[in-house]
Amino acid sequence: MRAQTLNRATPYMFMAPAAIIMAIALLYPLGYMIYGSFRDWNPSQSIGESEFVGLKNYITLFFDPAFRESLSVTLTFAFAVVVAEMVIGVGLALLLDRNIRGMSVLRTLFILPMMIAPVVVGLMWRYMYHPTVGTFNTTLKSWGFDGIDWLGQNALLSVIIADVWQWTPFIFILALAALQSLPRSALEAARIDGATAWQQIIHIKLPLMMPVLIVTGLLRLIDAFKVLEVILVMTEGGPGLSTEIVALRISRTATEFRELGVAAAMSNYLLMLLLLLTVAMFAITRLQEARAQRAARQIQED
Amino acid sequence: MQYERQNPAFYALLAALIFMSVGPILLMFVNSFKLDVDIIGGRTGLLFLPTIRNYETALCDVLWYEPDHLDFCSLKFGGAFINSLIIALASTVITLVIGCMAAYALVRFRFMGRDTISLSTLMVRMVPPAVLLVPVFGLWNNEFCIDKATMVGGWIRDTFGGRGDVCLAGTHSGIILVYVAMNLPFVIWILQSFIVQVPRSLEEAARVDGAGPFQVFFKIVLPLIKPGLAAAAIFTFRIAWNEYLLASALSDRNTKTVPILIVNNMSEFNVEWGVIMATGMLLAIPPIIFTLFASRQIITGMTAGAVKG
Repeated sequence: MRAQTLNRATPYMFMAPAAIIMAIALLYPLGYMIYGSFRDWNPSQSIGESEFVGLKNYITLFFDPAFRESLSVTLTFAFAVVVAEMVIGVGLALLLDRNIRGMSVLRTLFILPMMIAPVVVGLMWRYMYHPTVGTFNTTLKSWGFDGIDWLGQNALLSVIIADVWQWTPFIFILALAALQSLPRSALEAARIDGATAWQQIIHIKLPLMMPVLIVTGLLRLIDAFKVLEVILVMTEGGPGLSTEIVALRISRTATEFRELGVAAAMSNYLLMLLLLLTVAMFAITRLQEARAQRAARQIQED
Repeated sequence: MQYERQNPAFYALLAALIFMSVGPILLMFVNSFKLDVDIIGGRTGLLFLPTIRNYETALCDVLWYEPDHLDFCSLKFGGAFINSLIIALASTVITLVIGCMAAYALVRFRFMGRDTISLSTLMVRMVPPAVLLVPVFGLWNNEFCIDKATMVGGWIRDTFGGRGDVCLAGTHSGIILVYVAMNLPFVIWILQSFIVQVPRSLEEAARVDGAGPFQVFFKIVLPLIKPGLAAAAIFTFRIAWNEYLLASALSDRNTKTVPILIVNNMSEFNVEWGVIMATGMLLAIPPIIFTLFASRQIITGMTAGAVKG
């Protein structure tokens, strides 16, 4: 009898620490934030003292050109980064999917950039982009070209390049893993039928990799909305608002403008956007699973 | 295993790729051994007299001798490094232990609320740190406090340091708590995919032999999912070690981590490139070492985390 109660309690005992910590430090703060977003709240008061203002924060933000600007910067950044990384990463994976000596060394070197702190990545690139002493401009000048105003006029592009440098290897490695787990028989059959390398890629490899690629791309997209430190260190959001992504704006609204309510509402907008993306990712995964099952059943029936 | 021979252009491409991915890191490494005069002088070549002066400046508060070129030790890098180490290690260990148990429960037991928990774990994976900034700042400073009058408050203040009335903000444990919560969803997710592969018959055999659920977990399951644990540990450590935003909101003068120190020094008008690069290099070294020794686990973890995501 005692053993049975113990057995029934076991899963809850295993779950409890994780559930408690996540409730205290993740779910409760999220609820607190939603509550706070309806209030006129500054850091010197506790939330109870602040005044309830209804949807005012959300409405102000919606019509705030600066917030819209930073939202569009965020979207541009996220989509540009993901498209560039997908194209380069998958391209490299297709190119490097060969049986060569030292592939594991290569992969190790490629994942170095994404293991390093974003703060440090920002620091390296800020040095390389430096208008007078930076690597790019000194190189350009020694070749007789004019220097480029990297973090000035082309700030957003420069930031995108830095992120592409850091995260393309992620796509590359996942795409390579997907490629190497493709069914050999399909590729063999295509080769025997005389398909060229290009035809193999377009008609066989890419369609078969697609499920993994979609999920990878969406994961990367969600992560692209989390980028903050690299941009903070490189440009601090400037010049003007040209690289001020929403995450940066939240932190500035909270610490510089001291409007916690508005910052909370902003966080909520960002959260809703990400929620939408996550749900899309789930839906796509489920759809793919269902399709795969149906295909498997059909094969069995045939 | 037979290796194919490739044409020279292929190797040229490989070399270019390696140069592109490692180049910036090497550049930082080389520059951290240069004097500011040499860095700003624009001589990009490798011809310079290497000096460890930048590292001496950075580490001045933990060096056993006083560097000649320094009058005053302004950069407290050593202290920040120790803070970073404490926070990253503690949050990694706690996350792993707790995450492991939760993942096991989710995979092996059917119980009430299992699907809800599983789904919400997945959903909170997408929450960016910036979203947590406002509520965590508010809560850790105002609500999660213990009055200094109580016994526990005094004990916590003496043990971990902090202000008069003890709040979570400004303590190591405050930052650790956020990191654990932030990393748990990912760790649970990644470990689930490893625990599923442990054959159930093994556990049943142990249970027949009279092992309790906790014994089965610690003696049978844990040793079998070591690769998964390694991957999860590296990812958690990496986030806790590298994170800036939440740490900067929650730490005070004594609990600053290295990323905060670097950002603070970067935003000064006159950037001392040499010293900054030395601090950056010191921050980058632990992850680089992990990568070189455990790249296989990292790649396994990445694929497990993404492909099944």
